[in-house]
Amino acid sequence: MSYYLGLLQLIGVHTLLGLSAYVLMLTGQLSLGQAGFFAIGAYSAGILTVIFELPILPALLAGALIAAFFAFLVGFPALRVKGLMLVVATIAFSEFVRLFFFNLSWRVPRGDIHVGPDSTNGFREIRYFVANGWSAWEITTFVWIFVILVMAALWWMDRSRAGAVLRAVGEDELAAQSAGINLTAVKVTAMTAGGFIAGIGGALYAHTATYVDHLTFTVLLATFAISYPILGGLSSVFGTLVAVIFIQGVLVEGLRFLGDWRNIVFGLLIIAAMNLKPSGLFDARTTLLLRRSVGLGGRE
Amino acid sequence: MLELRGLSKHFGGVKALDGLDLSVREGEIFGLIGPNGSGKSTAINLICGVYAESAGTVRFSGQVMNGKAPHERLRAGIARTFQNIRLFPNLTVWQNLWVAQNSPRDVAAQGFLSRWFGATRRTRRELAELLELADLGHKGDELASNLAFGEQRRLEFARAAAARPRLLLLDEPAAGMSRQEIEDLGGRIRGLRDSGVTILLVEHVMELVMGVTEQIAVLNFGKKIAFGTPGEVQRNEAVQEAYLGTSASDSGAAGEGA
Repeated sequence: MSYYLGLLQLIGVHTLLGLSAYVLMLTGQLSLGQAGFFAIGAYSAGILTVIFELPILPALLAGALIAAFFAFLVGFPALRVKGLMLVVATIAFSEFVRLFFFNLSWRVPRGDIHVGPDSTNGFREIRYFVANGWSAWEITTFVWIFVILVMAALWWMDRSRAGAVLRAVGEDELAAQSAGINLTAVKVTAMTAGGFIAGIGGALYAHTATYVDHLTFTVLLATFAISYPILGGLSSVFGTLVAVIFIQGVLVEGLRFLGDWRNIVFGLLIIAAMNLKPSGLFDARTTLLLRRSVGLGGRE
Repeated sequence: MLELRGLSKHFGGVKALDGLDLSVREGEIFGLIGPNGSGKSTAINLICGVYAESAGTVRFSGQVMNGKAPHERLRAGIARTFQNIRLFPNLTVWQNLWVAQNSPRDVAAQGFLSRWFGATRRTRRELAELLELADLGHKGDELASNLAFGEQRRLEFARAAAARPRLLLLDEPAAGMSRQEIEDLGGRIRGLRDSGVTILLVEHVMELVMGVTEQIAVLNFGKKIAFGTPGEVQRNEAVQEAYLGTSASDSGAAGEGA
């Protein structure tokens, strides 16, 4: 049972990671920086509960805000580059963050041991849930409350004018500018919101795993972050959720019985999925059809 | 209303636009014509801020526009359409208009929350009116990419109007249109002007230009070679030469030159 709850927590955390990339991709920005924001959220919230002994909620919120702040800072130089150049620039950011935590050592005495980030040895004592006697069920529920809150907020935003404006920028920057949309404001806002969401994900991840080190936040994690919305499609937040369940639940976990063959099948299934639905599971047409079929109409 | 003084744009050694002087009066339909590559689209891109000028000034209602970003110029009242239609293809028709509501009046009237996260009744009514005007009333929930070519042109026109411009720059709006559609477009342009919008029309299709404009400037190789009423421009020898290569005696020839 605890295996499945652990998987459920992982799916929740990765959904947040995927949604953080989703917001950015709506504006046409492909970022591999999400691993960096996720790491900032994880370490910040961990430091706050472990070293400063804050309760989980304020630590989580602060972790998300710190990640959002760095995303805001990254947002401005990111405006100058597009496409592959942005990918490269954001990889550099993620690696910079990873190497920062690789070197960060901040140990404080707690009883007869020391706790805190210990550079290459990682940050091992993020035991807030255990120390406070939370059950696996309670932890899982806690994670999913945030997943649902973020999904609901994005779903609502998507259907509002704000969502249409983000998409307009993603579809055609020149036309968007000429229609009076401030590109700088829209892109930096999306980057900041993405950082905030990745920060929540990172903070939750650190506390469910109880242990993080710099190897958790490599480019592979950043690649996962963008592969969810790419596979799930950019027309609905549910696409990202479905893609996370598919990749983490079916491909990574479900194919374990294949042993070494797993990675090959993994690759083939991704290629097959992209060929069947090149613009993702939930593309604009599919989503519109779905909305109509459940009687929600297409507007707002 | 719109004053261009010595407006120039150089791409490397190429002078795409070379010292253009132009003034468009409030409430008129002004035509800008010339052979391919004469600098018409460059002029539009300079006026709405897509390119930075190499020299000269753009003045709009007395305000210098140099250095202002396209979205700032739109908020000042300058909207445009594109030579090759540029809609937001995966947004619905309605959303295409909705995102373009960026006039200072709309911004002021809506308030932050209702502007970004809701749609006021007034917004809905006004967008519905725009859709009706564009004969797209029943297509509001279609994706823009599902529209036929003529409908896409009308939607782009409506999107520009949704920003409540005082000056609208039309970059070859009749390209690829049938005779019937061109007539319809002429009516829409006049209708918009009658509602108080000044129009700068860049166009190759002479029956449209000669039919709706009051003043025309002719460009060739980045310079203005003629200016006047449609009749005057048609009789102008330099214009005939620019279009046909040699002086022609048939004054109607300019009309076929496109």
